[in-house]
Amino acid sequence: MQDFGAAFALAFHLIATGNADLVEIVLLSLRVSISAVLIAALIGMPLGALLAVARFPGRGALIVLVNALMGLPPVVVGLLVYLMLSNAGPLGVLQLLYTPTAMIIAQALLVTPIVAALTRQVIDDLNREYDEQLRSLGVGWYDAVGTLLWDARASLATALLAGFGRAVAEVGAVIIVGGNINHVTRVMTTAIALETSKGDLALALALGLILILIAVSVNALVMSLRGERLETARA
Amino acid sequence: MPEALSLAAAPPVVATRSGPADILPLRAEGLVFEAGGRRLIDGIDLDVQHGTRTVVLGPNGAGKSLLLRLLHGLIAPTRGQVLWNGRSTDAAILRRQSMVFQKPVLLRRSVASNIAYALKVRRLPRAEREARLADMLALANLKELAGAPARVLSGGEQQRLALARALATGPEILFLDEPTSSLDPASTELIETIVDEAAARGTKIVMVTHDIGQARRLADEVVFVHRGRVAERSAAFRFFQSPVSAPAVDFLSGKLVI
Repeated sequence: MQDFGAAFALAFHLIATGNADLVEIVLLSLRVSISAVLIAALIGMPLGALLAVARFPGRGALIVLVNALMGLPPVVVGLLVYLMLSNAGPLGVLQLLYTPTAMIIAQALLVTPIVAALTRQVIDDLNREYDEQLRSLGVGWYDAVGTLLWDARASLATALLAGFGRAVAEVGAVIIVGGNINHVTRVMTTAIALETSKGDLALALALGLILILIAVSVNALVMSLRGERLETARA
Repeated sequence: MPEALSLAAAPPVVATRSGPADILPLRAEGLVFEAGGRRLIDGIDLDVQHGTRTVVLGPNGAGKSLLLRLLHGLIAPTRGQVLWNGRSTDAAILRRQSMVFQKPVLLRRSVASNIAYALKVRRLPRAEREARLADMLALANLKELAGAPARVLSGGEQQRLALARALATGPEILFLDEPTSSLDPASTELIETIVDEAAARGTKIVMVTHDIGQARRLADEVVFVHRGRVAERSAAFRFFQSPVSAPAVDFLSGKLVI
């Protein structure tokens, strides 16, 4: 118990003094996860909106698939990306394995279905309300999607934050494709796993505290956005 | 009359008819609409001409709103057709109509942005857009609320905004689907004043209601719909004085018509 207390004290000291290793790991984590969420937004939002608005054969199956992919196990994604990027894989020539780029790819694959599925749900709900009015105004299909995405922006921001929460907290995918290399691919979750196994609880705890702080901040942001939306919708 | 609704000196905010040819008369031929194994519109033929204010009257569930959506082109009939001056509904014709729904659908934007959106969709020149926006805000008595989020307005204000947005684009024909059904008398009066003004400026009004009082106030002619059919159609004064069809007689006498 005494060790536990000492570890906590050391953790706070590392955070308070802005320990260089700690800062480097946190910044890389944020860079990887934010990049992954941006890529997921670029792919997932239009895909989700398309699934909500367009009608085409196989749409139902695609929706089921996207929803199912929300629960993708990170280690499976990590394994698939590893197979693609390894020297023997089809993209091995790019030499991306054990780089932050590989970690971004893996997390983007993990987060895109979440963003797409949540976007589809949000846009579908809004489209039920807007559909007749937009068609009555003579709004074309393409402009309607743009209008729906813009008017659902608060809910879509929530979807992105949910995706970010998933990305920044996962360990399975990034440890497989990143390799947890010091000063290169070490992020918060992989560092926590490593330092804990080494018995260096102080750094692990400091990183854990920061991770929790980020998770709480993201949730607070989601709640404030929701609150704003409810405020706007109140009639 | 409220100041903002005194339009005598106002510019012609409700645009006059435009385009290569009038889209009226509107002609519905043998309209049938079936859903869930039920025939909800049962062979309606209807001519809608310029000028008069047409009120589609009837009990709940008669098919009035459905008829309006079929005419406006929001849904396709199972059989029959809707012709605008001999042409089928297309995007260009749709852009020369407007519709106000029973429950106003407002974008999650400001009051002014809701009107500006409609003007932008119709690709009006920027200068004209700004002038019309100002005119419409005045018409709907919403100038002071221009920057407020549309969805925090009261029910009456929301419906006035929906009406102003519909009129902003200068439609040749305005469909209204029971726009005052959930409004109090004061809000209803404001809506009816705007509708009157639009009609006076040349916009053809086709309005659905089940409110006999409103039909008396607004109608030049009445189309009485019962069980998916036009049971009777006549000039308003004649309809209210001496209805011919049995359902219309019952409806006007206050009996429960199902």
